Amino acid sequence: MPEQLLFAAEVTLNGLMAGVLYALVALGFVLIYKASGIFNYAQGVMALFAALTLVGIMEGQVPFAHLINITFGTEIHHFGWHVPAFLAIVLTVGVMVVFAWCVNHFVMRHLINQEPIILFMATIGLAYFLEGVGDLMWGSDIKRLDVGLPQGINEVIDQVTFDAFGYGFFIDNLDMVATVIAVILVAGLVIFSQYTKQGRALRAVADDHQAALSVGISLNYIWVLVWSIAGFVALVAGIMWGAKSGVQFSLSLIALKALPVLLIGGFTSIPGAIIGGLIIGVGEKLFEFAIGPMIGGATENWFAYVLALIFLVIRPQGLFGEKIIERV
Amino acid sequence: MNQMAGNYITEDGRKIGGVIMEMKHITLRFGGVVAIKDISFDIHEGEIRAIIGPNGAGKSSMLNVISGFYHPQEGEVWFHGAKRPPMKPYQVAEQGIARTFQNIALFDGMSVLDNIMTGRLTHMKTGILAQALWKGAAEREEVTNREVVEKIIDFLEIQHIRKTPVGRLPYGLKKRVELARALAAEPKLLLLDEPMAGMNVEEKEDMSRYILDTNDEFGTTIALIEHDMGVVMDLSDRVVVMDYGQKIGDGTPDEVRNNQQVIDAYLGVAHD
Repeated sequence: MPEQLLFAAEVTLNGLMAGVLYALVALGFVLIYKASGIFNYAQGVMALFAALTLVGIMEGQVPFAHLINITFGTEIHHFGWHVPAFLAIVLTVGVMVVFAWCVNHFVMRHLINQEPIILFMATIGLAYFLEGVGDLMWGSDIKRLDVGLPQGINEVIDQVTFDAFGYGFFIDNLDMVATVIAVILVAGLVIFSQYTKQGRALRAVADDHQAALSVGISLNYIWVLVWSIAGFVALVAGIMWGAKSGVQFSLSLIALKALPVLLIGGFTSIPGAIIGGLIIGVGEKLFEFAIGPMIGGATENWFAYVLALIFLVIRPQGLFGEKIIERV
Repeated sequence: MNQMAGNYITEDGRKIGGVIMEMKHITLRFGGVVAIKDISFDIHEGEIRAIIGPNGAGKSSMLNVISGFYHPQEGEVWFHGAKRPPMKPYQVAEQGIARTFQNIALFDGMSVLDNIMTGRLTHMKTGILAQALWKGAAEREEVTNREVVEKIIDFLEIQHIRKTPVGRLPYGLKKRVELARALAAEPKLLLLDEPMAGMNVEEKEDMSRYILDTNDEFGTTIALIEHDMGVVMDLSDRVVVMDYGQKIGDGTPDEVRNNQQVIDAYLGVAHD
């Protein structure tokens, strides 16, 4: 029986780390939702696009190579150089900022004061558009992403736990790095929003557009900023998921896993996104471990959604969301 | 005192400067509705200028034109001797025009202190990278701005609620915090949209005192909207009276009080 407990402990730890990745994606949703009331369906595709761009830049791929070759009858695919990971990440951040500007300039700016459902539809359009652009720019084959993050079993933990319990825990190095990076990212975001001028302006816009305008805040500037930050968060999430399972188009589907995370944590709360992510990560792993074998397994596909449904019934605003009180 | 070409001295002996803002033949339409019809008036530096009128007279629309929320179809807005091109509200704020709102527009989730600090945004010039790295210039800037804000918190006597989230405050205090945020911008022109709306007599007296003190202590030029005649007459140096989008009177409180058109608008005319 203690062996069962040890298994459970290991599963829980792994679940926590998977949860961190869910939380990273959910975080991108929360940022945009808080600042502009837009549920950004494209967040997952943004993570995919960022990861694709990163790989493309690192490997010196020619963007739109297929299109160029067809149009001009050429045969170019690679520039023939390799960009170091750090520089490529900086360049990709640049691309995401340009993308943020384009989203605001060509789409969102024209939809001010529209119904939330219209904004939501716009982001669905954006998602498919971006997926198409990603395909056209970098091709649709699965790519390996290696930015030099450690991978594989952590020998130290394996050894220590083996000596202590007679059973070695399997903890992936990449998961541990992802956790550390996520913690740094969240701490950075909190400091930024609490203690800087732009952060204060961002919170102001999230609270009241009219009042923000009257104290001299440009809404367009803030929206570009928010989409840029969301793009950056998407890049981080894209790197983690990409390093784990390769950069492929199914990456955009993790956006759907972020939905139950948000339903549980609340759409407007950054701590909520993190806790929600952890609950789902741990919950689905433990459920699969304990109940899965009895009902034929593969519970990870649906567990998160069932949990979210239960939350919707009991606490519709999520754990940390703003309570919805309607005066009548 | 009908011609206000330049400086003048008020009844209580304050020296008023030259014209800081001039509205020339402003007309504002919403579809077929004419909210403001060919109105001209000016605001002098250092004076308290009121715009009064019955409900629906177009007072708030006029304030929204000044602060850039509405754009008139006709007419010109002159500020500091230059014609102002059509501007967005945040650009108007950057020019040194701060405002409050009739229905209070504060950041409910933020503390009183943070709310007032947003008023300093137009005075903060360090870029996003310096801010993100939180070094040198950004830090010094934060400290200087904090000093200005502390002064205003003292001035409006809201020390005891500085850490309180604004959403939890009672109505009268919210109004005061909104005034504080506007003052934090050290505006050249302060626009107050019904600063006394919904207040009881005591709160109204407090607010009147703060408005007078602001004008006195910082020399702030103030334009305010109010439909409570009594309050306005005590407070302001000169009054514009609007009715159905038109200007029906302009002058000192005494002049306006004795203006037959104004009396008709407020008390109604006998139709025979």
